[in-house]
Amino acid sequence: MLKEKVAFREPTIQLAHGAGGKASRRLIEGLLVPYLNVKELNDAAYVQADQTKIAFTADSFVVNPLRFPGGSIGELAINGTVNDIAMGGAKPLAIVTTLIIEAGLETEILESEIKAMHEAAEKANVAIVGGDTKVVEHQKADKLFITTAGIGLVDPRVNLSASRVKKGDKIILSGPIGDHGITILFARGDLDLEADIKSDTRSVWPFVSKLINAAAPGLKWMRDPTRGGMATALNELARDAQVAIMLEEEAIKVHPEVRGACEILGLDPMHIANEGQFIAVVSEEYAQDALKAIQQVPGGEQAAIIGEVFESDRHIVLSRSSYGGTRAIDMLVGDPLPRIC
Amino acid sequence: MKMRYIDEFRNPDLIKKTLEEIERIVEPDDHFRIMEACGGHTYSIFHFGLQELLPKNIEFIHGPGCPVCVLPPGRVDEGLEIASKNSEVIFTAFGDVMRVPGKKGSPLNHKAMGTDVRMIYSPLDALNIAIKNPDKKVILFAIGFETTAPSTAITVLKAKELDIDNFFVYSNHVKIIPVLKSILDQPNMRIDGFIGPGHASVIIGAHPYEIIAKEYKKPVVISGFEPLDILQSILMLIKQLKSGESKVEIQYKRVVMEEGNVSALEIIDQVFEDRPAFEWRGLGAIQNSALKLKPEFAKWDAEVHFNVEKIHIEENKDAQCGEILKGMLKPNQCKLFGKVCTPDNPVGALMVSSEGACATYYNHLYSTMSS
Repeated sequence: MLKEKVAFREPTIQLAHGAGGKASRRLIEGLLVPYLNVKELNDAAYVQADQTKIAFTADSFVVNPLRFPGGSIGELAINGTVNDIAMGGAKPLAIVTTLIIEAGLETEILESEIKAMHEAAEKANVAIVGGDTKVVEHQKADKLFITTAGIGLVDPRVNLSASRVKKGDKIILSGPIGDHGITILFARGDLDLEADIKSDTRSVWPFVSKLINAAAPGLKWMRDPTRGGMATALNELARDAQVAIMLEEEAIKVHPEVRGACEILGLDPMHIANEGQFIAVVSEEYAQDALKAIQQVPGGEQAAIIGEVFESDRHIVLSRSSYGGTRAIDMLVGDPLPRIC
Repeated sequence: MKMRYIDEFRNPDLIKKTLEEIERIVEPDDHFRIMEACGGHTYSIFHFGLQELLPKNIEFIHGPGCPVCVLPPGRVDEGLEIASKNSEVIFTAFGDVMRVPGKKGSPLNHKAMGTDVRMIYSPLDALNIAIKNPDKKVILFAIGFETTAPSTAITVLKAKELDIDNFFVYSNHVKIIPVLKSILDQPNMRIDGFIGPGHASVIIGAHPYEIIAKEYKKPVVISGFEPLDILQSILMLIKQLKSGESKVEIQYKRVVMEEGNVSALEIIDQVFEDRPAFEWRGLGAIQNSALKLKPEFAKWDAEVHFNVEKIHIEENKDAQCGEILKGMLKPNQCKLFGKVCTPDNPVGALMVSSEGACATYYNHLYSTMSS
């Protein structure tokens, strides 16, 4: 018995449905949620096991190329799931992984990815406790697909819910945006452009754990802006919390190389994927403590308060420039495409 | 860290000062209808929030300078037909074209279904694909005003020089002056002045716009794309309008020369010739407004090499793309806007391209507080 109607009526699944923007949202909310009866759409789900609250999540990684400046698919696979657990306010405990391998893949490549997963897990202090392996025919998978599923122990001090987000709450961003997506774009080699940029893939748990210690009562919501970028994450917040958001453009840090690449290609850093950053919504009262806590962890120095929640009938995300002009930040439909002129 | 050519033209103090100067010279009864011809300017105006900072006496009429938006509906289909019917054909195009809705889907949709569709950033990328894949035939779906025609031309010359015989151009290059004239010739057209295209003018220079200033008596200021550029251009236009002048001025002096880029113009002339007529989306047929490869380059002309059946697509009768392109309607005044036609489900290309007036309005109007 379906609790919600199936609203998804598109006849086929397209690439846009996987890009993390509006089309993805339509697929998930319109087809998957009604059947799977998922109660809340967050980075990690909560499962109550007697007295213990567990965060539970899964993610798949289909990145091309497999290796790129700053990391590889194996590292992403571990950090991605670790981060989703962290976004649930939980300490990452254990991960299982499935590998779908295209027949013909050089063993050397698989080995370097397993090694990368091992190193990332050690660094993130999480155990890889099992998994599954499948090999499919040549051309039935693009070299290597990895899925990781993880569990974590939810910190009892934490109560995360979009419904708690209110007018006056501050939006904190952990660091510069756009590095990962632009790195992948360049690494594909389709564009004749090079830059000194690398993926920002890392576990954000060290920052989140200090943030919880310093500001748990005021911590209301967190998300890591992966596919679809900041624009998707913030628009989902606005919608789920039924609020509006005003960002200060100058406060959002973007590395000059990323900014340059975006200017040349006509892309907006707000739509680009990140793999080592997160957004936290914290009450005004706790915002400064929260910020300081993140900044004091190595790698968190560039964290900043980038905006504020306000009330409005329209659940929108706006960004104010240094000269007072505001623009709307909307979710993309599909992947960001470079502009021509 | 300052980014050259970007940050100076986003300087908040200078922007504020320019806005103040505009406010000083605009009088309460003034109503200026300014057409920004180029889609890039439409995008910039909204991206930088300029329309809400300027006095309400300034009305923007969004022009047809978006080469994706004015593409007749059948053209993308024609290109995709060749690729989907022949597995040895690779269809290449700029990013903007990827989501243009064809009869059987956009290039991206076709790609998802298995047609070899690849996004490129430069025409030379397409030539490289041809060189790397000698057993395939590569079609470059070339679009753009005079802005991008020189790079297509250079690529054709390179293909000739290297004797590459598996590279073909499907030319949809168009010219800015004929379309602006065609708009000015429309009855009931009320445009007071033009913000001239920045990058097309890098190629063609300022002289071709003289006819607009002298015969149609409309001032033209060729503008850059940063907020300060656009505001400065508006200031220059208003000053001309207030003093009854109509001349062509270049605000975008850092890249636009009076005479344009002479070598680029020569290369265009060497490789391309005018099509007698070309059908523009929403504007009908305009004479000598588009470019095709000269007969001596027929070897690289996709329209010669492939038997392309002309696909004429009936436009949705309720879609008012034409009126919007002519500046007679604002996007939100179209019957389909926001209801049937949205960025998720675009009926016309004005909603697909991020520079299309409709997509810009949708992303802005449906998002911001001010309307």
